[in-house]
Amino acid sequence: MSGHDHGDDGVSRRKVLECMTWAGTGVLWTITGGVPRSLGIIDSAEAATAAAPGMTFLQISDSHVGFDKPANPNALGTLEEAVNKINTMPAKPSFMIHTGDITHLSKAAEFDNADRIISQSKLDVHYVPGEHDFLDEDVKFYRERYGRGTKGQGWYSFDAGGVHFVGLVNVVDLKAGGLGNLGAEQLAWLEDDLRGKSKSTPIVLFAHIPLWTVYPEWGWGTEDGGRALEYVKGFGSVTVLNGHIHQVMQKVEGNVTFHTARSTAFPQPAPGAAPSPGPMKVEDARLRSMLGVASINFKQNEQRLAIIDTPLQG
Amino acid sequence: MKTLNRRDFGVAVAAAILLPATHARADDMDVHIDNFVFQPAELTVKVGTTVTWTNRDDIPHTVVAAGKFRSKTLDTDDKFSFTFTNAGDYKYFCSLHPHMTGMIKVE
Repeated sequence: MSGHDHGDDGVSRRKVLECMTWAGTGVLWTITGGVPRSLGIIDSAEAATAAAPGMTFLQISDSHVGFDKPANPNALGTLEEAVNKINTMPAKPSFMIHTGDITHLSKAAEFDNADRIISQSKLDVHYVPGEHDFLDEDVKFYRERYGRGTKGQGWYSFDAGGVHFVGLVNVVDLKAGGLGNLGAEQLAWLEDDLRGKSKSTPIVLFAHIPLWTVYPEWGWGTEDGGRALEYVKGFGSVTVLNGHIHQVMQKVEGNVTFHTARSTAFPQPAPGAAPSPGPMKVEDARLRSMLGVASINFKQNEQRLAIIDTPLQG
Repeated sequence: MKTLNRRDFGVAVAAAILLPATHARADDMDVHIDNFVFQPAELTVKVGTTVTWTNRDDIPHTVVAAGKFRSKTLDTDDKFSFTFTNAGDYKYFCSLHPHMTGMIKVE
């Protein structure tokens, strides 16, 4: 059951309030997510997917193909190491998401090189752009490659294994002094996209810049990210996957798990630990322990998706 | 790691302070981008002055004043120049990292 169904004309005010009370307490969603099916309170959609085995997908991020500075002179090489690592995983993941900054400078050759390496995983890849992917004069290279079938600046949603995935773009039309930006058009689309979804549907939101405020002094957050989180409030299981900050960070707030992935190119300092968020040069021996990918496993009836961060080494 | 950064930062600040003295032409001014900061963040110049921004970070930046000027993406050591022909306050920022802001006051 979803809140908006009860807002239709002809439904009594009392009923609407009743539903809001349930949603507000969050009790209903906890029960739906956690109690065995035999109690018979799971709707048909969930019962149908409950029989499916767990699904695993991967997240890679911030490959910065073309980066050749001291923090990692060969970002293409470490991307290839990451893909090799993916290829040796014991269970083949269902697909992969890439949370942006595929390239460093949006050059055609950088996109080509990234694609040549990432395609060796032989997985479907769902991309969202980082600010480094929109730097070409006509802002067309990313869109030509990955924008097909998307809305606006490149946002979209899809369903896999009973989970609803939403790819968002928060690197366009940034305002002076501000943070990442989703914008009114995208937020309206998101609200509409989630409308009618059963509240027991697990939701995964992914975007480049963290949707939550990690460290505004370095621009690590999204100005209107709170609006997007409002729209997923009633859902029992929400996972927010981001990149941009080149390090693992996790926070759980109610039904929402926030997580950022490592880069495959170079590490960045912990918030406030250096004068700037720029590439962090570490000893060569340590670099690969600070790069990596994330693997996310979803099992029906488990509210939280299990996230395992795997470094390239160590 | 921390020591190295602090030293780099110190060098950058010193360079920014020294700049005006090293300039031959009075009508040219420089702004450097170091550690995701425009230095100096605020600069007062005379009408007709050309200001040149230089990106000294390992990460690309831009210099954008809405409706006034907009640089291309500046990779490491790339420069962008703009000549100010009208008086006024020109607020600008990096469109990739919008927390980076600066201002040129033209008198």
